[in-house]
Amino acid sequence: MTAGAEERTVPRRAVATRRRLRPGRIALHAFLIVTSLVWLFPILWALYTSFRPYSETAQLGYVSVAQSLTLDNYVHAWDQAKIPMRFFNTMVIVIPALVIVLLLASAIGFALSRFSFRFNVFLLMLFTAGNLLPPQVIITPLFRMYLALPLPAPLSDNGVWYDQYLGIIAIQVAFQLGFATFVLSNYMKALPKELTEAALVDGASVLRTFWQVILPLSRPPLAALASLQFTWMYNDFFWALVLMRTGDKRPVTTGLNDLQGLFFSDNNLLAAGAMIIALPTLIVFLMFQRQFVRGLTLGTTKG
Amino acid sequence: MAARTNAAGAPRRRRRFSLLTREDKIVLGFLIGVPAVIHIALVWVPTISSILLSFTSWSGIGGLETIRFVGVDNYERLATVYPPFWPALQHNLIWLGVFLFVATPIGMFMAVLLDKNIRGSRVYQSALYLPFVLSLAVIGFIWQLQYAPEEGFINNVLGTNTERNLISWLGDRDLNLWAVLVAASWRHVGYIMVIYLAGLKGVDPSLREAAMIDGASERQIFFRVVFPVLRPVNIVVLVITIIDSLRAFDIVYVINRGRNGLELLSVLVTQNILGEASRIGFGSAIAVVLLVISLGPILFYLTRTYEEPS
Repeated sequence: MTAGAEERTVPRRAVATRRRLRPGRIALHAFLIVTSLVWLFPILWALYTSFRPYSETAQLGYVSVAQSLTLDNYVHAWDQAKIPMRFFNTMVIVIPALVIVLLLASAIGFALSRFSFRFNVFLLMLFTAGNLLPPQVIITPLFRMYLALPLPAPLSDNGVWYDQYLGIIAIQVAFQLGFATFVLSNYMKALPKELTEAALVDGASVLRTFWQVILPLSRPPLAALASLQFTWMYNDFFWALVLMRTGDKRPVTTGLNDLQGLFFSDNNLLAAGAMIIALPTLIVFLMFQRQFVRGLTLGTTKG
Repeated sequence: MAARTNAAGAPRRRRRFSLLTREDKIVLGFLIGVPAVIHIALVWVPTISSILLSFTSWSGIGGLETIRFVGVDNYERLATVYPPFWPALQHNLIWLGVFLFVATPIGMFMAVLLDKNIRGSRVYQSALYLPFVLSLAVIGFIWQLQYAPEEGFINNVLGTNTERNLISWLGDRDLNLWAVLVAASWRHVGYIMVIYLAGLKGVDPSLREAAMIDGASERQIFFRVVFPVLRPVNIVVLVITIIDSLRAFDIVYVINRGRNGLELLSVLVTQNILGEASRIGFGSAIAVVLLVISLGPILFYLTRTYEEPS
């Protein structure tokens, strides 16, 4: 309905503006082009620097026209900074955490949005508030808990949660559950009531209603959350910095901090390292831009 | 909300529950219980523990029985004999001020411009939004290439890259907070823009048309008609802006571990864990200060989201 109305008014407005506001439009485009270029500049500059040989920039300075471009910095950063190992560490954390968050948030979102319990609103408020807390508020006791809580052998090589992949997965899941639950419960609440009622009257179990009726219908917010949560978990720096001590187990974003010492005097290498680390999130963003943006806006509206 | 539906919907509720078997109820218990226990155990138990520990003294070396209750000692020391506390608090407030009065309005302004049906709007949006997908640690790296004293882009362009007139953007403690805030705002603008764009798309076009027919200028239309309608979006943006300024950590930590002019409350908490002398009660007291400040926007947001009649 509204889309139709909008379509009808758009051509009329476009014609009117084309006739009247031409200079204004040109100024607007000029402003937007300049702003966009300024905005992209720091990234483009890092990209440019990353392709230049160190010897050349040492001689000509960084602000100069490149005479040769090379992938050497990428090769060196890749090897010296042990990037493959760090990417592997990241994936060991992010993939399970992502799957678990989506699954658990769908589960509780389903239960809280399709059935009414007395504690529904309280739980949703708790999740929403938890998602807004600064991580530093909880880190001190969490750190002590991780040092004290036992975790048996195949899951931990030191007997506790500290310095373990599972520890990072657990806190990522617990923390991100807040946002994911908020988004999914809002979305599921908007699905027609009759869906669950009909399924239950037909004798389907609650689990089957969840798995075969509500979950397939929730694919759009799940896709949106997946791209958003992937980026957030991949970009996490803090949890692994505090809760992971072994450098060779740290994920790639936190590993960046270790690289800094290594790349101390070589800006070209630093730039290449930054680009390699940024690449996965840039790919996810470019491929799933629509879902990404929708995930954010779903989380900020009441649904 | 639950309270309201209870009165009217009680008979219906009973009927719906009669459809549930024993297994169904157990399943529901798990669907709610597992995520709730994980979230509460790892987020809320530590939050409450932070509050309790802030009134104690504990080196963390002995067991729990070595924890000593010390009253408000930690808070007193924080305010009187701990030099980085007031600067950190001040830096957090400056951060908040810049986000609130510079970055957020720019994001809003860009959203208003991009909302006008212009060709290539999506390309402009992506350019502005791109920094938001980068981790703050990567952003710290990228901006070091701009700010580096001798090799950085900015000093080379300004000609301030020689021994005599070197500007140390990230090393000078009167400058570095502002330099970092440029980088942090660079990321924040795109985020706010996306949220406002979504909000603006939801504004009824007839409102705007009516105002236009009445002869209102574009500026009047925005401030008198559109902005008030965007109230729910404004609340979300306000909360996000405050919380993000309190969460700031990665970028300063990557640049200089949050020292020498870049102290923030989040950094002080972390230093008390990672530092050699781990002062758990003291670190928790800083965390509680952070908690108390963030509770304001959090409670405000909760009441707006869950109490309003929908």
